[in-house]
Amino acid sequence: MKVLRILFVLFFVIGIANIANAQIAIKGGTVYTSAGAPIKDGVVLIKDGKIDRVGKQSSIKIPSNYEVLEAAVVTPGLIDAHSTVGLAGKYNVDTDQDQLEKSSPIQPELRAIDAYNSREDLIGHVRGLGVTTVHTGHGPGALISGQTMIVKTTGTTVEESVIVPAKMVAFTIGRNLDRSFTKPGTRSKGIAMLRQEFIKAQDYAKKRSSKDAKFSKNLGMEVLADVLEGKLTALVTVHKANDIMTALRLQKEFGFPMMLDGAAEAYLVLDEIKAAKIPVIVHPTMMRAGGDAKNASMETPAKLHAAGIPFAFQSGFEGYVPKARVVLFEAGVAVSHGLDPAVALQKLTIDAAKLLNIEKRVGSLEKGKDADVVLYDGDPFEYTSHVTHVIIDGVKQ
Amino acid sequence: MRSLQSLAFSMLAFLLLSGPLNAQSVPHAFKGAHIIPINSKPIDNGVLIVKDGKIVAVGGSNTSIPSNAVVHDATGKVIMPGLIDTHSHIGEGDGGDRSSALHADVRIYDTIDPRSNTFKKALAGGITSVNVMPGSGHLMSGQTVYLKLRKANTIDEMLLVVDEENNIYGGMKMANGTNPRRAAPFPGTRAKAAAMVRAMFVKAQEYQAKVADAKGDESKLPPRDLEMEALVQILEGKRIVHNHTHRHDDILTAIRLSQEFGYRLVLHHVSEAHRVADEIAAAGIPSSIITLDSFGGKMEAINLLNINGAALEKAGALVGLHTDDGITDSRLFLRSAAMMVRDGMSREKALEAVTIANSKMMDIEDRTGTLEKGKDADFILLSGDPFSVYTHIEQTWIEGQKVWDRSNPEDKEYATGGYEIFRTGFQNHHQEEN
Repeated sequence: MKVLRILFVLFFVIGIANIANAQIAIKGGTVYTSAGAPIKDGVVLIKDGKIDRVGKQSSIKIPSNYEVLEAAVVTPGLIDAHSTVGLAGKYNVDTDQDQLEKSSPIQPELRAIDAYNSREDLIGHVRGLGVTTVHTGHGPGALISGQTMIVKTTGTTVEESVIVPAKMVAFTIGRNLDRSFTKPGTRSKGIAMLRQEFIKAQDYAKKRSSKDAKFSKNLGMEVLADVLEGKLTALVTVHKANDIMTALRLQKEFGFPMMLDGAAEAYLVLDEIKAAKIPVIVHPTMMRAGGDAKNASMETPAKLHAAGIPFAFQSGFEGYVPKARVVLFEAGVAVSHGLDPAVALQKLTIDAAKLLNIEKRVGSLEKGKDADVVLYDGDPFEYTSHVTHVIIDGVKQ
Repeated sequence: MRSLQSLAFSMLAFLLLSGPLNAQSVPHAFKGAHIIPINSKPIDNGVLIVKDGKIVAVGGSNTSIPSNAVVHDATGKVIMPGLIDTHSHIGEGDGGDRSSALHADVRIYDTIDPRSNTFKKALAGGITSVNVMPGSGHLMSGQTVYLKLRKANTIDEMLLVVDEENNIYGGMKMANGTNPRRAAPFPGTRAKAAAMVRAMFVKAQEYQAKVADAKGDESKLPPRDLEMEALVQILEGKRIVHNHTHRHDDILTAIRLSQEFGYRLVLHHVSEAHRVADEIAAAGIPSSIITLDSFGGKMEAINLLNINGAALEKAGALVGLHTDDGITDSRLFLRSAAMMVRDGMSREKALEAVTIANSKMMDIEDRTGTLEKGKDADFILLSGDPFSVYTHIEQTWIEGQKVWDRSNPEDKEYATGGYEIFRTGFQNHHQEEN
């Protein structure tokens, strides 16, 4: 009896999985795999939510029970390498803005998973424009505002959406701190506070590893110790060239993994960023230039690429309209300012996946990877092209 | 001696005055381009001839070019009219203060800095004429100014419309919905806002009647009142109201008030136009809309969709686009139009929406908005399809003068941004008003 019941449940579960993951064949005029040269007249076979085969239509036979989709262009699902979507909602009122806690300037213990609204309409908006994976979480505006995570743009609960629950810790260096913080009042004070915090975390990490009986757990210190031990990456939002140098100095002093976020004046210190081997999640190309980011240039993505600095695109945080930017559009304007379109596609897919260490799972159309695929009726970057289908984990959205 | 001196003076004056005219009296001919005149079908391998600041000919390859013309080979390029922006905040001007919700007397004209490099940003985006407006934090935040982005040393040299007699240099900025709602003397509700506007226009009607009754007799005229004078210009149809509005009910309220007092209205932003497109069309009211990459960001914009262009076009309403710079970037104005095409607007109407439709909303369609003989020689030269991401604006010309050239590295920086290119950076005049 019990066996029967288990069998019944098993059949039921498998049945549901099969409905959700109908087998799909996608025929594309051009298939950009982000793993080698684009394929003319290509086909992508999706089986049970994973990429099964990718090749030329002439060499791959589509099984008869597959649903066939066609598109002018096919790419891997797009990856937004830094957003606040899901924490920052469309209404832009206090009650739907959870990307920045203003009670204290240093709060690394704040987790993104505890604030993510997977039903936020803006997530559906970016998904409809090809974004299948988002690195989202706490935003800029505090010395340490909290943690970030990586989600798929599907799911009705954070548990369904999340693929990496804690990825980075968000820092801000420069003048772009929220005005409600009475401390720090200057940039140098901010750095002094961060250094002191890291020294405390070094001490904490030492105690944590010594398994001292008197050791008492501190949530914030746990996180910073993880940063020092390389388990979490420091995502440092910073724009001015001198502040970028300060970020690099801080990283050098404490030796933690770091990425520069925004980096409006990166073009002034390309050699220094490259020498420090620090990747950049570049500000939205169309970002409204103001404050520390006053000197932003739409040519920065092209310049980062020419300098050989690893980078990816982001939608970032918007305090006004449009409430969520779209990485496809930001990359498009980078393309119109000197970035090679093929490179831009790499940056939106496999290169972003590599920066986020999720390249084994997403970022390219290769056998065994998640079936996250985007279909277009023309050049993805053209203003007048459309995303015609978005597939996530083998499911048409 | 004296006569010699005065002769020298007159000669000097003649030279100074005629200098620029002389420079312009040489015709410039652009040949080989794909010309989009807007008012007629595009011309392949066309010819555009300009002289003395005006367009003298637009035609096919057989158009005769004057022998003294400076000939520009524009083969492979696209030429279209200079873009018209119906709603922008470039120029670093300001408007009404916090003392009142209604400032009919306040002129942004008196505060604009002609040297502001935000004007260069607009030129890099192909914008040649612009309605510069005060912000939207008041029911009536002040008089707007229509500018031609000529090379200028003073703001007066940039004026597009000069009506010295009536002191009219632009329109009037109004707003409804949430932006003007705040503590007294501002309205606390939408109904109060409408009542305040109606009371103001009732007062203006009375003032207008007193002026009419005086029949030119100065002793019987009411005392001069700057607010009333500007409002009477609105009632008389000499000054157009540019009304910021988002929600569908606010859109209809703006229309209702304009009908009650019979003033000329242009709806601005019109975020929920897709919900009341037929009503807007039936009222015969033009809409100046904005393109945004997502909805949301303020309560009134949660239903903003870029299908607004297509919806208004389908309903048969006059529809134009604006930048609302810095909300969207003047440098990307053509992108705004292309994004409307992405969401269903026809290419033809989207091209009109950045040119002639906007000229109509500013009463400047006799001078701008199309490439037609006799109109101002305001045009842009592009590297390709105006709606392609791969296209660059290469040159911007105003009244026969080249005012921006991408091949000049200094000019190009205004298109790309960079280190200390823009003095002011982005100032969000809406931030305190959302």
